[in-house]
Formats: sequence, structure tokens, C-alpha cells
Amino acid sequence: MAMTLDINGKPVTVNAAPDTPLLWVLRDEVGLTGSKFGCGVGQCGACTVLADGQPIRSCSMPIEGLANIKILTIESLGGDSPLQQAWVKNDVPQCGYCQSGQLMSATALLSKTPNPTDADIDAAMDGNICRCGTYQRIRAAIKEAAAMPATPAPTAA
Amino acid sequence: MNVPVNPKTARAGATRRDVTIGATLVGGALLVGCSPGDLLSIGAKTDFGAFGPFIKIAPDGVVTVISKHIEFGQGNHAGLAAMVAEELDADWSKVKVEQAAAIAKVYANLGMGVQGTGGSSAISNSWMQLRNTGASARAMFVEAAANKWNAPAGEITVKDSVVSHAKTGKSATFAELLPEAAKVTPPKTPVLKDPKTFTLIGTDRVRRKDAQTKSDGTAKFTQDVKLPNMLVAMVAHAPRFGATVASFDAAEAKKVPGVVEVYQIPSGVAVVADNTYAAKKGREALKVTWNEDKSQKHSSDKLAADYAGWSAGKGTLPEKVVWQSFEAKGDAATAAKGEVFEATYDFTFLAHATMEPMNCVAEIGGGKNKLTFGSQIPTVDQLNTAKIVGALPGSVEIETLFAGGSFGRRANFQSDYVTECVQIAKKVGKGRPVKLVWTREDDMAAGYFRPITHHRLKIVTDKDGYPVSWTHKVVTQSLMKGSPIPAKGVDETTVEGTKGSPYLKATPVVDGQVLMPDLDVPVLWWRSVGATHTAFVMEHTIDQLAKKAGKDPVDYRLALYEKAGAARHTAVLKLVAEKAGWASPPTAGWSRGVAVHESFGTVVAQIAEVQMVDGTPKVGRVVTAVDCGTAISPDQVAAQMEGGVCYGLSAALFGKVTLKDGAVEQTNFDTYRVLRNSEAPTVETYILPSTNAPSGVGEPGVPVIAPAVANAIFALNGQATSSLPFVKG
Repeated sequence: MAMTLDINGKPVTVNAAPDTPLLWVLRDEVGLTGSKFGCGVGQCGACTVLADGQPIRSCSMPIEGLANIKILTIESLGGDSPLQQAWVKNDVPQCGYCQSGQLMSATALLSKTPNPTDADIDAAMDGNICRCGTYQRIRAAIKEAAAMPATPAPTAA
Repeated sequence: MNVPVNPKTARAGATRRDVTIGATLVGGALLVGCSPGDLLSIGAKTDFGAFGPFIKIAPDGVVTVISKHIEFGQGNHAGLAAMVAEELDADWSKVKVEQAAAIAKVYANLGMGVQGTGGSSAISNSWMQLRNTGASARAMFVEAAANKWNAPAGEITVKDSVVSHAKTGKSATFAELLPEAAKVTPPKTPVLKDPKTFTLIGTDRVRRKDAQTKSDGTAKFTQDVKLPNMLVAMVAHAPRFGATVASFDAAEAKKVPGVVEVYQIPSGVAVVADNTYAAKKGREALKVTWNEDKSQKHSSDKLAADYAGWSAGKGTLPEKVVWQSFEAKGDAATAAKGEVFEATYDFTFLAHATMEPMNCVAEIGGGKNKLTFGSQIPTVDQLNTAKIVGALPGSVEIETLFAGGSFGRRANFQSDYVTECVQIAKKVGKGRPVKLVWTREDDMAAGYFRPITHHRLKIVTDKDGYPVSWTHKVVTQSLMKGSPIPAKGVDETTVEGTKGSPYLKATPVVDGQVLMPDLDVPVLWWRSVGATHTAFVMEHTIDQLAKKAGKDPVDYRLALYEKAGAARHTAVLKLVAEKAGWASPPTAGWSRGVAVHESFGTVVAQIAEVQMVDGTPKVGRVVTAVDCGTAISPDQVAAQMEGGVCYGLSAALFGKVTLKDGAVEQTNFDTYRVLRNSEAPTVETYILPSTNAPSGVGEPGVPVIAPAVANAIFALNGQATSSLPFVKG
């Protein structure tokens, strides 16, 4: 079934069953492989993307409900957003597999809460598992990015 | 990261055990009088550029270091590149890293004899090899410049990829000198730098080379591979270890749009489709009947009870399973009499639970035998593939990608998920690419767990409270059983950390025995291997002995280290105590616990600050001191200590895989709980200055945190911990 999704600011026509999770459409059909498959049940956050600015677990989100929703993936951040700069500066990633999801959750956090407290970070980031244990650098990088000069929220690439 | 290798011997070359690995892996030897690396590399590429198999220098002067080790988080790519760049005096900002092909003859781990990453040995086994490589290339540039400028080689200097001669004011970049340098015969014994003159190694300039691509989504993992005409496969696996396919009905599966074919393979039934979701839906529609005649029906509760009984001399031991001595000295009968301390400790099965579930891409047939994935032990994966496809191991091509973690999981002698993919790709044939995707549920149920383990101790102490007699029994599955190199006697990986402990060195009478029951549950090294349980047992016991002796846990340890001659333990313990402010009391409501453990040639001490919140330990600050010899990248050493603490704490707080009637009860992260951001401590790392050769850091930070936390709880409320995880239920 053909359906048009709004992905990273562009209309993208996809051909998939309506119950197909967004993650598999992004990865297998659209070719955006930055969002990762980790658990398939919304537990680990590796697949996190933004839907109208809200972080969602794309592995558990069928595409049928996503018409007219603005979807942003890691690829929309451009590579040098304040968070990504802080990620690189702090050498946050280890294996790196969870980091796209971490960055999307952090992006959503900072867009709503530009100067997050530790409690804000806990609440926003607890849905994203990192098995390498990069949590303290993630925390540091979020705070560092928050302290950088304000930049516009991510838009289309 | 976990193949057991002794870094001390690895530095000097292959150990006896490692040579045995190589020799045995070639399957009773296809040929005799040939080194395993040579044998396994027949048909492989051997022509490299002017600077050899580890360095490529492009016409624009950019230096690329070829890494024989996989990067799955440990940061070894940065460390390996820095060794070359230091001796070559290359411009670090422009150095790149590429993953080596699978060629055991050229890229063997010098501690293993085959190509592979494990035992926290990537840096240590490469130390002299890559420094020599870098120094050799530097000498080639120097000689080229000396010839060109008619200047003495001794007057030529190199800095940041620029070669200079101060007296004549001449200078040239690597790019400019490349044609001439490439023609120079490499020196047989290149002169290495005096470590005192290092300008890169040991500085904070040595940072990850992959942080950008891992922060913008472009780093390539197996899951991301998409090749023309590629199929995606999922496999219906048996509900219990040992069950086999009795029959299956693929009619409904084949009706799912996108499903291409269904195949029976040795490990189950594979559904092959155009895309991942179709493969998943096809698998759901498949009907499989399993033959469970030979499946195991173990339950964790029964196993734990059996293990405890056997360690107490109760119950009947399984056939052919006997107690074996791993350490014995002195005579228990003549040991001084004194106070007796007794304890037992129980540990569960643990899953590695890497972020990226196991997966692999294979192209088999049509003149092609190629694998693309995060291969941890390429030589073993080549061998296992070769057996299935009927080819020489060296002709199996492996393109190694980043892997989303391993923690030991990807290094197994059966190449379980790899061979599964190869079996499917062979059925598909014609070299058509097949990507095998495991779901989290597949990954969790597949076994290769850290084995369930039991320890029983009886210690007699003297009038000052120090041990005079130490009786120690361990019950755990052998990790090497069923491998091509099963342990003939004691499997060292079951007792390492107890065996060799400074506390046993300081005790005159020791009786250590291990019982290795043979279950049909696949088990494997799990980040830090034997130390995952032995460090806990030794370090938590020591705090209980210190309390009985009325002594401070740090002072008590220092006295035992003195007796044992454990100078490195003493140094890290003193450093961590100073940095954590051990001498002053902790904040009200908080408690401190200390632990020290050596693994993979590295000694780590940690002091954890802990409070109890609703009966659950909350870990705040963790101070870590580490002696890992030369720290090539202090920042990455710190990163591994931070990550090691989180990995160890995750298992200590929550980690538990249980079997019930043979089935794995946990399926995903909702039932296999792992540490999350709000539960992560803040880790401070202090590196002991050292000029010794580097030892590993990927694993040694892991096993120390659990006993440090247990000791903090013990100091807080007097409750000793006799089983992990801390959080029950």
C-alpha cells in the first residue's frame, strides 16, 4: 500500500503494509539507517525519532497513524548540531549503536527545556538504554550543549 | 572482548595455551609443519603496500592505520592508531583507521595465534608490533629525505607528517616524499622512541576517531548493510536447548507478501524475505513442531540447590564430574587453629545483551564466500564457514564492521549466529546476499550465558584476624567445554581471580577446588570472564574478615598485600583511598565500600558511595584507580572505567537469566532489566603513572563495582550479600 510520510521535511511515498512499524520503513525502504533496531518493543530507545517534536519509539509505531505527522530522524540533525558537537567533544559514543536514539531524545529535551536539571535529564533519557555505559558523558554533553548559544530547532535537511 | 589471554605473555608472543588454540583450530591439522596462521591464510591476499599490512599512506599524505582488531566500543582503534602515529610522527588530526581483512597470517592477535579480539588484549598484543611498524615507516621517510637532500639521516627530524633538515632549512611533507619513501627498503630493526619523548601517547589528544560518525547516524553496523538483491532472514528457533525440528508447515508463512522462501536449517526454520518486517511476519505465520527428546529441562532453582549441595558434600555428583584442585598449599591438619569464617555465594546466568542483537550478512555460492558483519574472531568464523561451504578457511572473505557491543558474545567457538546465516545463504545460493536478523527475543534465548555459579568458603583466621587457612570450592560450568580446545584439567577461566589472588598468596594453607558440571546450556565468557564472580567472592569476603578482625577494610587489605608482595594492588588502593577521601566520614546516609581486583594484567581499585533507597542500593560517586601500564589514551581508559562500572553495576543490581523447565524466562529488556541513565553513577578515574607496557582496560573495570557496593551496604547495615543480583524478584 502506498502512503506518503513527512520525513525530515520531505514528502516520501512508501509502499508498505499499514501495520509496518515506522522503523522498518525508515531503514529498509527509505534507506535512513541511523535509527537502530534494539528491542522491537519500545524498551531500549535505539529507534527513537521525533513525531511532531515528540520522541517516539519507531519500532513500535505502525505507519498507518503517521500521515500528516512531521517525522525527524537523526539524519535531520545535520551532523553538527550543538548536541552532536558536544557528543563528539566529550567522546560520548563507545559502540555507538544507541547514540542516534540518545541524540533524538536529547534533542526533544532541549527543544522543550533549554536548561535541563538533572531530574529533567533523568526523565527524558531513561527510555534510552546504553549497554556500554556512556550515561555520564551523555549527561555532560547535554549540559554542555544547553550552554551553547541558542540555535534554531532542527528542521529539514 | 573476553577471550582469555594473559597480556603479560601476550606481549612476548603467543602463550602455550594460545598456540594450542591455533593448532587445534585447524582441526587435527590438515597439514603438518605449518603455523596455524599460514595454514589458515592459504588463498588470502599477501601483497600489501610499501609500508606493510598496517599502514597505508595516500598520495595526499593521509596516513591510514589498518586495525586487526574490531572496534565495538572499547576505543582500541584510537589506541592502535596512536601507536603508529607516535612512532611515525604523523599528523594525528589526519590519521584514519580502517578495519583489516581476515588474514590470520598477517593480522593474528599475537597472544592468541589467530586473528581475533578478546581478553582485553588489543592494545597490549599490538604494542611492539605497531610501534615497530610506525618507526619503520618513519625511517623510510627519513632515508628518502637524506638521499634527496644529501644530508645525514641523523640530522633529519619528523613532526606532524613533515620531514625537515634544520641545517639546510629543507622540509617536505609525507605527500611530497611518498614516491621516494615507498622505494626505501624498510629497516630490519627500526629504532623506537624513548617513551619519555612521546608527544601523542599518554596525552588527551588521543581521542576516538569514530565519535562523529557515531553521533550522526552514518557509522555502519551489520544491521545497516544493504546490498543489491539482498534478502533478509529470520529463524524460528527451538524453545529449549537441544530441541530439533520435527516438522514444519510453511504454507501460511509463504502467503505473507515479501516472503521469498522457507528453509529448514540445523538450528531451526528460516524465513527468507525481501525485507525485515516481511521476514518477521513470515516467521510468526510459520508452524513448527519440535522434537524435544534431547532437549534439556533444567531449572535455575534446582541447579542452584544442586550446586550448593554438592559444595557441601551432599547429593550425588553427575557421572564423570569430579572435584579438581586449582590451588593447594600447606597442610590443613597442621594449620593454626583459630576463628572460623564460613560463607557461600550464588550467581545467576547472565546475558550479554548487546545493544545490537546478533546478525550477519553472507554471500555464498557463485564463486563467492563472503561474510560482512562484526566479526570478533575472524579466524574461527572463517573455519566454521569453511566447514559448511567446503572451502579453504583463508578463502572465506570477511569484511568486519563496527559492532553494537559484544562483551564476549561474538567470540564463540561455534560462531553460532554466523553459521546460521551461512547455512541460509548456502540454501539461497548463487552468492545472493542474505542478512540474518535476530530479534532481541532470539538474542536473549540463544544462551551463551555467563554460567550460574556457586562458591563455598571456609577460612580460619589467626589471633590478629588474618587468614591462616583458606578452603574454597567453586561450582560452575567450564567455558571451554565443547570448544576445540576443552580444558584437560581445570578450566582456568572458572577460577581465575580466586586462583592467583594476593589473599591466597598471603595465606599459608590453601585448598581450592572446582567442580565443572556439564549442562546442555551454552555458556561463554562475559566481560571480565571468571572475575565476574571471583572478584565479588574475594573482595566481599575480605571486608567480612576485616570486620571480624576489627580492622579498617583498606588497612586490612594493605597488610595482606604486604604479605603477598602485591605492590601494584597496594599502589592503586592507596591512590583510590586518597582520592575518595576514605579517611574522612561519608556524607550522612551514605556509605562507602572498597574493592580491588586484578584481571587481564590490569589492577583496578574502586570506592563506591552508596545509599539505600527503599531497600535498593543507589550508587552515587565511584572513584576508580587503575594501573594499566602505559595509558595510551587517558580519556579512553577513563571511558572504559566508566562503562565497566555501568556494565558491572547493571548485572549486580538487576542481571538475571533464569531457566524454568529448560526455557529461558527472560525475553527482552522488560524482563531482563539493565541499568538506565538515572541509575548510573558518576565515575572518577585516576590512572597510576607507569612506564610499563600497556595492559587491557576493556574488562578490568567491570568486576570491581559489585563487591565495592556490597561492601558499602555491609558497612551501612552489617548485612553481607550472599547472592547477586542485589534486587530480587
